[in-house]
Parts: sequence; structure tokens; C-alpha cells
Amino acid sequence: MTFDPAALRAQFPILARRVRGQPLHYLDSAATAQVPLAVLDAVRTHDAMHRANVHRGVHALAEEATQAYEAARGAVAGWLNVAPDEVIFTSGATAAINLVAQSWTRSLSPGDEILLTELEHHSNIVPWQLAAERQGLVLRALPATAEGRIDLAALPAMVGARTKLIAATHVSNVTGAVTDVAALVAAARSCGAKLLLDGSQRAPHGPLDIPALGADFYVFTGHKLYGPNGIGALWARREILAAMPPFLGGGEMIRRVTIERSTYADPPRRFEAGTPPIAQAIGLGAAIGFLSTLDWSAVAAHEMSLTQRLLDGLAADRRIRIFGPAGLQSRIGVVSFDMEGAHPHDICQILDARGVACRGGHHCAQPLMDRFDLAGTTRASIGIYNDASDIDALLDGLDEVARRLCA
Amino acid sequence: MTADDLYQAEIVARAKSGAGDSRLDPHDARATVDNPLCGDRVTLDLSLAAGHVVALGHRTRGCALCQAAAETLRRCAPGMAPSEAPAHREALAAYLAGRQDLPERLADFSAFAPVRSHPSRQGCVLLPFEAFIEAAAMVDPDRR
Ligand SMILES: Cc1ncc(COP(=O)(O)O)c(C=O)c1O
Repeated sequence: MTFDPAALRAQFPILARRVRGQPLHYLDSAATAQVPLAVLDAVRTHDAMHRANVHRGVHALAEEATQAYEAARGAVAGWLNVAPDEVIFTSGATAAINLVAQSWTRSLSPGDEILLTELEHHSNIVPWQLAAERQGLVLRALPATAEGRIDLAALPAMVGARTKLIAATHVSNVTGAVTDVAALVAAARSCGAKLLLDGSQRAPHGPLDIPALGADFYVFTGHKLYGPNGIGALWARREILAAMPPFLGGGEMIRRVTIERSTYADPPRRFEAGTPPIAQAIGLGAAIGFLSTLDWSAVAAHEMSLTQRLLDGLAADRRIRIFGPAGLQSRIGVVSFDMEGAHPHDICQILDARGVACRGGHHCAQPLMDRFDLAGTTRASIGIYNDASDIDALLDGLDEVARRLCA
Repeated sequence: MTADDLYQAEIVARAKSGAGDSRLDPHDARATVDNPLCGDRVTLDLSLAAGHVVALGHRTRGCALCQAAAETLRRCAPGMAPSEAPAHREALAAYLAGRQDLPERLADFSAFAPVRSHPSRQGCVLLPFEAFIEAAAMVDPDRR
């Protein structure tokens, strides 16, 4: 277990490149994190040496590919502290949520309720709308507080006998607020509802203990966890998965097929129709292997000190308003802000010319933007490889924005 | 191409003028369009006489490029026929894509030349034209 920020940066080749003639200051890891050599090598080695389809062949390559794919499932299970056969590979968080929304909801009845929150990413809203339309379900949403957290005070009035699922983000991709999961678990238990957590923004900030957390479903996406695109995972307890009907049909997920009907494989295979993203899964396993060598209390301290540096710098500019917790309590290094007189896209464009990569826009969270009455925010997000120079480059860039656009 | 070229004084000045509310009351047609990628929004009004635009007004909640484009369109629009709105949009899109020069009527858009090398920002410049097309389509056929 180590953590040496400079040595860690050297593991990410892209951080050595220059952008627009400047050193790259990558502050958009909440959108997509960069990948370390360990991931690049694992994907390349798989394709160069072991490429084959999984679960189908008896030849050596097929055996090796299958073993590597299942080892990746084991790595994901380790990151979440769950059993490998409860982990389903999907193409990302969006696909994982759609799987639950299309399959698990089949047992619900018209009038049953799903409770969301105003802080959700569109991928934890739209799949439920599609399910609600199909099944006559009712969607409700917990409001956001002015600090950009889920308003837990509204919980008692929002859950009841008809509530079947609470689907909430574990960490907001806009405000960086970490959800008080215990409160959601208690509310869900009080009415017999299940709890789905969208861990897309939480998973990159350290290993998890899902059983201790108390969720029933957990999803995340690989490309934010320093892994490849096109891979993510759904975890759910064995008995929940066992009762869920298939979502996509095809090869791999069956037991026996006749022209009239089929019987289905047990989870997780039941939910992995077709050839899965094999190299991507192996890359994700490598990412987790790499992350597992880090001392996470040191990483967290590093990320939090950078977050504090950023919050302090932003607070020093009277034109800037932060949307999210002002302190470090229950937050991660995802920081959204608004600058009077400057639009997020103009801010990001001026930052880009200085090699600073930030994200401007609604961050796929339009209900939250509506809550704050904004079209969008500028968001800086901190990953394991960032350092103080990245934060300072951003703050210097914002001074230039103010000079050019707010004069 | 750097941010220097994009945010030259002329664009910033037009964006500042375009930040105000120049909507028309009364108006003959009004349309609101959103850019789904960024949430920017243009509400655009047309006032017409004898089948041509007499005045165009707008309220734009958007980036500097979008505001400057709405403002530039406000200046260019008088005299245009609503039915020509799609053709004007195509002409501007072709200019931004580097495929052709600006037609005389859109000459003022030459200030946006630097956007030609920023494909991700071209939608910002075109958004007011989407609103123009929608408003034009709402014009009472008798007044077109
Ligand atoms: C909180 C949250 N949920 C879900 C997603 C969707 O992830 P993906 O697009 O990889 O499926 C994202 C990322 O954009 C996110 O930030």
C-alpha cells in the first residue's frame, strides 16, 4: 500500500502530453478518468495474446479469455466486497440501471411508486420514466437542499406503502455531496422498499463495503474508475437477481433454447446476453488491481487537500458561487460553480486554451439545474493523479475569464 | 486557434448587447428553442410587414457565442423573408464548416470566423437560427 503522487502521475501516459501548447491539467475525471499503464497493458496483452470468445470454447485461448474475464468479475466483487456471482457486467452505469428498470420492475403493479431525487443523473431518471410509462408506476423525487444535498427531511412524507424502490445517487456528479445512505436504508426498510444506489461517482474514491452500506442494488461505470469505456457493473443480492426475468435475450444467457421457448441461465449469465465486452472487463479488472495497491486513506487526504485548495480559491472571488457543500464534510472533489457574467462554456473554452480541462453544462442533471435556476455550471473534478499545479492553473484561468468576460 | 481569437473584443461586445432582453411586444411570432447539449435557450420574436421581417428581438440565456450570434441576427434580420430562414441557417452552417463564404446578408457573421476551428461551438452560433426557423414557421400564412 503506497501513495506517491508524482510516481502515480507517471503511470498515466496521457498526463505527459501537452494541450494547446500547455501542460495538460485534467480536471474532468468525473466525466471520464484517465487510464494507467496497467490498464492499457492489460487490454493490449489480452488482444495480443489471449483474444477469444468466453464461455464457449475449449481451446487454450478461450480458456484463458474466460479465466481473465471471470477474474475481472472477481476484482469488481473485491472492490465492492460482494460475491462474484452477484456481479453482472454491463456496458456502463446507464445499462445497469436500465437492466433493473426493465427487469426488476416487471413484478410491480400500476400505482406502485419509485422514489428518485432531484440530484440524479439523467441515467437514473429516464430509465424509470420508461418503466413507469410501461407499467403505470408513479415517480416521485426527493428535493435537493440549497447546499446541493438530498433533502432527507422530506423523506417521511415521500415514502409509504406504495413505495417499492428508492433510486438515489451515492455521490452527486454535480455537487460532490455524499449521500447519507443510512437514512435512505432506514426509509426503505420502513416500507419494505428496495434501495438502488448509483455509485458512478463514489466507486472511483476508494473500495466499498456494500453489505455494510445496506443497499439492494449498486451500479457503477468503468471509465470513471480509471478503466476502459463500454464496461460497468450491476450488483444485487443473489435472491433478488434470481427472481429477476432476463432483460436482453440472446446467446450466453440461456440454458436450453427451442424455437418455441427457452430456459435461462442463472445470474450473472442470465443478464449478460451475447458476447460481453471482454477486453473492457479485463481492463476494468486491471484498473481495480492497480487501485487496490494504493493507500486509500492517503489518497483521500490528498484529494481532500486539493478540494480545500480549490474551494478556498473559488471562495476568494466574489463573482463565484459554489453549488455544493462549502466544506469537506461528506463531499468528494467534484466542485460545481457559477461565475457572474461568464457562461460555463466560455469559461471552459478559455481554460482549454491554458491546457485546463473542465466540464461546463448541465452535467446530465437538468432537474438539479432547474432547482438552482441555472442553465449549467462549470465543474472541476479531482482524481487520484491531480496535484496543486492543476488547481492553481484552474484558478489562474478563472482570473483570465474575469478579465476578459466580466470586465 | 486559441480562446484569444474566439473572444475578441467584437464578439464580447456583441455578447454584452445580446445579454439584454430585446423581445418584442407585440410580435407576430415567438419561438423558444433549447440546445439539449448545454441547456442554452433562445426566445426569439418576429415582427413582420409585407411578408418581411421588420424587427427581430430575443432573450438569450446562453454563452457569449450564442448571445453574440443572437445579437448579430437581430441586426441582420430586417428585410429577410421568414420563408428564407432555413436557407440562412444552412448558409451560416456551411460557412462555419468552412465550405463556403458568407452571403451578403450574413456578412456581419464574419466576426465568427474563429469558430470555424471549434466544431463543438458551432451549435452555439446556430441556435438563434433554429429559433428563427421555428418562429418563421409559426407566422400566419397570410403574413408570410
Ligand atoms: C452519477 C452518474 N450516474 C450515471 C452516469 C452514467 O454513466 P455511463 O454514461 O458510463 O453509463 C454518470 C456519468 O456520466 C454519472 O455521473
